[in-house]
Amino acid sequence: MKRPRNPTPPFPLQPEPTGLIFERSRAGRAGTAVPRPLVARPATDVLPAAALRAEPPRLPEVPESEVMRHYVELSLKNHHVDRALYPLGSCTMKYNPKVNEDMARLPGFGLLHPMSPDGEIQGALRLMHTLGKWLTEIAGMDAITLEPAAGAQGEMTGIFLIHAYHVSRGEERRKVVIIPDSAHGTNPATAALAGLTVRSLKSDARGQMDLAALMAALGPDTAAVMLTNPNTLGRFETDVVEIARLVHEAGALLYMDGANMNALIGVARPGDFGVDVMHYNLHKTFSTPHGGGGPGSGPVAVKRPLEPFLPVPIIVREGERYRRVWDRPKSIGKMHGFLGNFGMHVRAYTYISMLGREGLRATAEAAVLNANYLAARIEARYPLPYGRGMHECVASGTPFKQSGVRTSDIAKRLLDYGFHAPTIYFPLIVPEALMIEPTETATKDELDRFADALLEIAEEAEQNPELVTAAPHTTPVRRLDEAAAARNPNLRYAFDD
Amino acid sequence: MSKIPEHLLYTEEHEYVNKADADDSVEIGITDYAQGELGDVVYVDLPAAGTKFAQMEPFGTIEAVKAVSELYCPVAGEVVEVNAALEADPSLINKDPYGAGWMIRLRVKNPAELERLLGPNDYATHIGQ
Ligand SMILES: Cc1ncc(COP(=O)(O)O)c(C=O)c1O
Repeated sequence: MKRPRNPTPPFPLQPEPTGLIFERSRAGRAGTAVPRPLVARPATDVLPAAALRAEPPRLPEVPESEVMRHYVELSLKNHHVDRALYPLGSCTMKYNPKVNEDMARLPGFGLLHPMSPDGEIQGALRLMHTLGKWLTEIAGMDAITLEPAAGAQGEMTGIFLIHAYHVSRGEERRKVVIIPDSAHGTNPATAALAGLTVRSLKSDARGQMDLAALMAALGPDTAAVMLTNPNTLGRFETDVVEIARLVHEAGALLYMDGANMNALIGVARPGDFGVDVMHYNLHKTFSTPHGGGGPGSGPVAVKRPLEPFLPVPIIVREGERYRRVWDRPKSIGKMHGFLGNFGMHVRAYTYISMLGREGLRATAEAAVLNANYLAARIEARYPLPYGRGMHECVASGTPFKQSGVRTSDIAKRLLDYGFHAPTIYFPLIVPEALMIEPTETATKDELDRFADALLEIAEEAEQNPELVTAAPHTTPVRRLDEAAAARNPNLRYAFDD
Repeated sequence: MSKIPEHLLYTEEHEYVNKADADDSVEIGITDYAQGELGDVVYVDLPAAGTKFAQMEPFGTIEAVKAVSELYCPVAGEVVEVNAALEADPSLINKDPYGAGWMIRLRVKNPAELERLLGPNDYATHIGQ
């Protein structure tokens, strides 16, 4: 069923923007009756002066029904993976199976206190230990930490591990991290934040790492090379074995940004092609929610020589018992409270259990097939400067520049067709980039609807460019002044009085 | 068409060098083409006066609505002055990249490096204009 989705003036009525929860507030309204305290002593007796407020906080006063309606209304205006395709390149916005949520909410997991002694949380420790083993095996590595809270923190952990490794060998001078220019911004940010120096490498004409440039850049000051594979163009770094050899020959280590593991799980193992350290994004590849849907998780897998440096505690198995071990003198310390975002570990464990070995491989194959199908359907109108790749495709909106339509306009116009826009203007080496990652959870029908929308927009861009440059027409708010919002963010509710 | 003033020198990374003044310092910023490609600039992170850079070493970052990019120092030298006005109003880079939108003033270490930069014609070719 194809819905008519091509609003021409006069545009259909737009839904009104939703106000803030404060606007629903009326003095004296309440949703719950606060229970009387068990100890009848005023707070001033119990708390130190510094912890006491002079005035009560200005919380919105709304009954439960209004709270519910407010947030349900917002959710209806929001775009999310439970609604339609969300093809953000490099983000792997796959549908998240709801069984993951059921498992994470089991009281034996969801209500655990993180300070419980080992003996009382054997099930949780076993789950993390097993998940760690599975992730280590999928990566072809030797050991793992589940602690980091996201991909970027995983990178940070990885770079700390590499630095600790060099220091332990008396090679503290290794301070340079080589990063290709197609890398995600978190890679150079990580290296800089860790106190190391970034050396950027230009990609070659294939959109891959340039071996000659790499050889010229490697030296006795190199700590690591950070490689994303498949890279952010969605292309497999076919020289990776040679890259690993060169990096090791120079005494450096090879870090792999595993954000794109959705293209490889069950098919190829980074450890086998020479990677020393890598991070996963459980919130991409292993279907745990992104962003507002929950905290992330960025486990870091390493080869044996880096194991002593892993964050504490690690979980060890002794017979049928599991225990947390803190006595690790070479450890880089802690990267996150307790054992990381445990709820995400439960979801990823569930996902892997449901799919099994063959299922994981089928996932990667379908992710690659879907991206290539989409690329084939759109490439006549949206050129792919570096060709087709694996799990995502990077197209360019340059053909429409002559009619005054830019990629950001195309992205906004897609909203009128009921889709979330892809990632745009990234990677930087593709002008007017549209980076599309449909994931394996898009059906062929949905891929076709998305491709049809892009092709129709291409047509509009030529025939009726104002329709595209004034988009979106059907969303609760239209063109936002993004520059003003970034320059002068206004994040607080302004009370009338 | 982006403006490419005749009297400036350029890098392939879209910085310009203005050696208008007679002394040994030059003014550095990004080109009109670069500001157009970046779109609305929302923030620039510039070094403190006194910082030294090697040729083509990143001297700062520029954040636009679309992307964050590094700024490369066209020639080696020491920063002698920073355009403080950009902190309050980074949109000067969009409005007047070659004038009020200048970024840093640099004391050039080795004037010979200036000769290896692109002239206006080469830069025009570089951006396909
Ligand atoms: C290639 C790549 N690396 C790293 C990251 C950072 O991951 P996170 O957002 O979980 O910190 C991302 C996120 O989009 C990414 O795409």
